[in-house]
Amino acid sequence: MSLLEVCDLKKSFDKLHVLKGISFSLEKGEVLAILGASGSGKTTLLRCLNFLETADSGSIKVNGEELLGGKINQEILRKKRLHFGLVFQSFNLFPQYTVLKNVTLAHELLASERPDYKARKKEILSEINENALALLERVGLSDKKDAYPHQLSGGPCQRVAIARALALSPDVLCFDEPTSALDPNLTGEVLKVIRSLKTSDRTMIVVTHEMEFAHSVADKVIFMANGRIEEEGTADEVFKNPKSPLTREFFKSFRF
Amino acid sequence: MSTLASQFPIVVRSLNLGFLQSLRLFFVTLIGALPLGLLISFGSMSAWAPLAKLGLRKRAATGKKTRFTKFCAEFRPISLIVRVIVWIFRGTPLMLQLLIIFYFPGLVWGNNVWGSGEAGRFAASCIAFVINYACYFSEIYRGGIEGIPRGQYEAGQVLGMKHSQIFRRVVLLQVVKRIIPPMGNEIITLVKDTSLARIIALQEIIWAGQAFMKGSHGISGAIWPLFFTGVYYLVFTGIVTLILGAVEKKLGYFKA
Repeated sequence: MSLLEVCDLKKSFDKLHVLKGISFSLEKGEVLAILGASGSGKTTLLRCLNFLETADSGSIKVNGEELLGGKINQEILRKKRLHFGLVFQSFNLFPQYTVLKNVTLAHELLASERPDYKARKKEILSEINENALALLERVGLSDKKDAYPHQLSGGPCQRVAIARALALSPDVLCFDEPTSALDPNLTGEVLKVIRSLKTSDRTMIVVTHEMEFAHSVADKVIFMANGRIEEEGTADEVFKNPKSPLTREFFKSFRF
Repeated sequence: MSTLASQFPIVVRSLNLGFLQSLRLFFVTLIGALPLGLLISFGSMSAWAPLAKLGLRKRAATGKKTRFTKFCAEFRPISLIVRVIVWIFRGTPLMLQLLIIFYFPGLVWGNNVWGSGEAGRFAASCIAFVINYACYFSEIYRGGIEGIPRGQYEAGQVLGMKHSQIFRRVVLLQVVKRIIPPMGNEIITLVKDTSLARIIALQEIIWAGQAFMKGSHGISGAIWPLFFTGVYYLVFTGIVTLILGAVEKKLGYFKA
């Protein structure tokens, strides 16, 4: 059984069909890169997986559990969202909190719902704190833990956002063009962090325009066009030997 | 004929009492209108559209967008009612509202709920001021809340926060920071607007100053006490300005 199975996912806004039946599956520990021109539906796909949009039809299964359909209320949505993490193009850090608090906030709020929270409050909070510090260490920002987001440039901000998304240990971590808002100098450090996160048990989906990065990190590559999967395969298959003319056309516009 | 020197202490004592009443009205209005304004802003932003489903069904059945389906989608009764109320209170003079609230029950219902004393005039003034200022504040809150980027809400959502947690822990402080300059404007206007309660003979500082023209405490025909009330307003608005500046500075540690 795959960790993530997406089947015939459809989404339209009014008359605009953005996703016209997307299917793919992902094993635990795999990295999927999604490529495609702007407007091909990549971001909408990630937003549907993270339940920021609700897909119209199809199926999203995590560890065999169907997430789409059924009753939807705030509590149910929250549970579904926790299967996924999302790193935004524009970081969306919380400006009034320090780097450390950005990472711990959601975790603390979630922990406060635990039945043993009152009895073990101190212990739980210090665990959360330790966990956050370890994550900041991983993204190389231990020394910036007390800084505020506006004091950091884009690269470090995105690394904080990555640590924040990791704090809740989602089953699948999604990146929505994580380096598109960064200049080339800063892009490298963020890609390096994402690359370093690739371990046997961390499953990731990366929407990106960084072809070299996608080629070297991804186990699977999907090329999307007009709301459909135009081509899919291993990184080598798609990059070295694209079958679809649309894919070939798309790669032509990138220099390697 | 008394000299200015002999008049001064008598006048100041009387003006102090009057200004105390002005201050009472100021603080009651602030304490009442700040939370009420937030409530009103929620009302005016209410997205509750009870006919939305009906419109969608009709549209699905006929496959057409009509004026009726558009009406169903956009009919938001709570928002509509609240915005009409805000329009009325912002669209008519506060002085008129004071007169109506104070005299209407006695003249039209034949039941003067306010009684004939200063306490009744104060209560009527408080109600008029609180409602009027809450309407103004609500628009400031609305601007502040709607100005928060959607990414802040979405970041909270993908981290599994509840709506209420996102509002209290993520959005609220950013709103407060954004609205302090326009709020400061309104609050300083409020200091001076308390003088409008003179129209229903509330014994605030303008009333107290004017009394020396007709005759009060053995002084009559003196206009300078009325002019002198300006000093009280100036000093107090100066203090308010300093406090607002301090709050602004305190929230300067982050950029939103």
